Amino acid sequence: MNTIKKYLGIVWIALGLYVGYAGMIDSIEKIGSGKLEDQVFGYVVLLVLVPIIVGGLVLFGKYALQGEFNRDK
Amino acid sequence: MIATPESNPTTDARTLFSVISASSVGTLIEWYDFYIFGSLAAILSTQFFPKDNPTAALLSTLATFAAGFIVRPFGALVFGRLGDLVGRKYTFMVTLVLMGGSTFLIGLIPGYATIGFWAPLLVLLLRLVQGLALGGEYGGAATYVAEHAPDHRRGFFTSFIQTTATLGLFVSLGVIVLTRETVGVDAFSSWGWRVPFLLSAFLVAISIYIRLKMSESPLFQKIKSEGKISKNPLAESFGKKDNLKMVLLALFGATAGQGVIWYTGQFYALSFIQKTCNIEFVQSNYIVAIALLIATPFFIIFGGLSDRIGRKGIMLAGMLLGVLTYRPIYQKMYELSDLKTKQELVDQTKVDPITTTQENGDQLITITTTRAYTDGTTVKEVEKKTVPAVALQEAPNPEVTKSVTLSGSNYWLMVLLILVQVLYVTMVYGPIAAFLVELFPTRIRYTSMSLPYHIGNGIFGGLTPFLATALVETARKANEAAEKAGQAPVIKQAYLEGLWYPIIIAGVCFVIGVLYLNNKAYTRADD
Repeated sequence: MNTIKKYLGIVWIALGLYVGYAGMIDSIEKIGSGKLEDQVFGYVVLLVLVPIIVGGLVLFGKYALQGEFNRDK
Repeated sequence: MIATPESNPTTDARTLFSVISASSVGTLIEWYDFYIFGSLAAILSTQFFPKDNPTAALLSTLATFAAGFIVRPFGALVFGRLGDLVGRKYTFMVTLVLMGGSTFLIGLIPGYATIGFWAPLLVLLLRLVQGLALGGEYGGAATYVAEHAPDHRRGFFTSFIQTTATLGLFVSLGVIVLTRETVGVDAFSSWGWRVPFLLSAFLVAISIYIRLKMSESPLFQKIKSEGKISKNPLAESFGKKDNLKMVLLALFGATAGQGVIWYTGQFYALSFIQKTCNIEFVQSNYIVAIALLIATPFFIIFGGLSDRIGRKGIMLAGMLLGVLTYRPIYQKMYELSDLKTKQELVDQTKVDPITTTQENGDQLITITTTRAYTDGTTVKEVEKKTVPAVALQEAPNPEVTKSVTLSGSNYWLMVLLILVQVLYVTMVYGPIAAFLVELFPTRIRYTSMSLPYHIGNGIFGGLTPFLATALVETARKANEAAEKAGQAPVIKQAYLEGLWYPIIIAGVCFVIGVLYLNNKAYTRADD
């Protein structure tokens, strides 16, 4: 189980990076829409949600890879 | 970091229930304060945020997003730090005063017509204070109750705090409806809407009086007397790997999934039946209210059960059920109101046209059509057409609103479908306060648990209705483009596309939770 948890760290890092890429594309589209509500929503996603997911998942994945969540830790 | 179980200094049953009452009443009032702003959004926008003024419209949108979601984690950091430095009791007293004070002041602000730009600006600032206060309150109340509760019943006792968010919504709706009924609809729109805001001062005064009588949490007192209080809770919570990894685990293994399940079951479901199913406004609120009322005791049931079988299994089961059943549930909700599948009683159709002349000479034709169906469903369609006084002038597009009223078994089936979703909410939310409290040591508990809770609930959860709506919009646009090109729709059930957001977040959270969370209650760290 510890090995699975450890190597899944790569998946969490990759997922974080993918969400960052997709989130940026979508939110930039919203920001450029010209509609006020969409623009604010786009900025919220780009500046709040995306950094939390990317930063959080990448760091979580890194800790998993380092074996920080192993049972014996 | 995990060390020997720290036994809880004994709190007798009577004191414990006083602690729960004092904490729950205060937290309920904070949720009440927070919700009345949302429930009165339509009136507030006419009073403070006129749509024809772009600056006011921007402030309105910021008030919705910023205070509701973004500011809450900042409140968690500010007040969490304070709570770990000076104590739980005084900190959540401050959050209560801030919340009550800002709510009361919103009720006193003159409208846009009187003080212009200052009105929306002041409302936005006070709304931000509300968000900050809410961010600080929950962690304090949960920590305070948990630190009084015996180790083996912490899930049960903290679950009373978990009911307050739902009950706060009830109280806010109740006060609004009662005030409207008492003063009348016109007076309510003019000045009566201020009453629920002003009433907050009274409610908060009662809560402060109750809370002042309470003593500090025994565990906090213990570490204080031993000189073990953290000097820098923020640095200790998020600057040290041992604790930061638990914050991340709490966020991605529990609170993010909990947040999306919470908002899908309680808010997106309401929005879906109102906007997609076109269920009549009052009936849709009744449907959700009945489901919430029936489900509320389950917060306590699942909280108590988590003391026996562990927190992880119950919370993750709630997430998994959401992932597996949201699409069939929402499909059934859609079908219940889908008129294409119903047989119309044509002889009972009523059409009532009314023509009125407006001040500019234009004629406004309002056609109200009422249709009945064999299963008891009725539909009211109101079409408003403007015929310009000047013949060559172009007539605006007619405005059509449709409201579906369900009856009999369809009505109760809709209640059941919402109830199932709220039961998932009680599974993920009932045990989570105890789960978070047990994950972190006393010296930095308030700070450490508040942040993942408010990021999970406020940001991941709070954005659910907006992200879901955006996904549905994208699917509809794709279908429209395909239709224009003479092709079949790209996405057959575009109205269900919004569910991908909670399904994916809860799904990822479930996998992380299953693999990385420990089902046994975490022993408290040695301070």
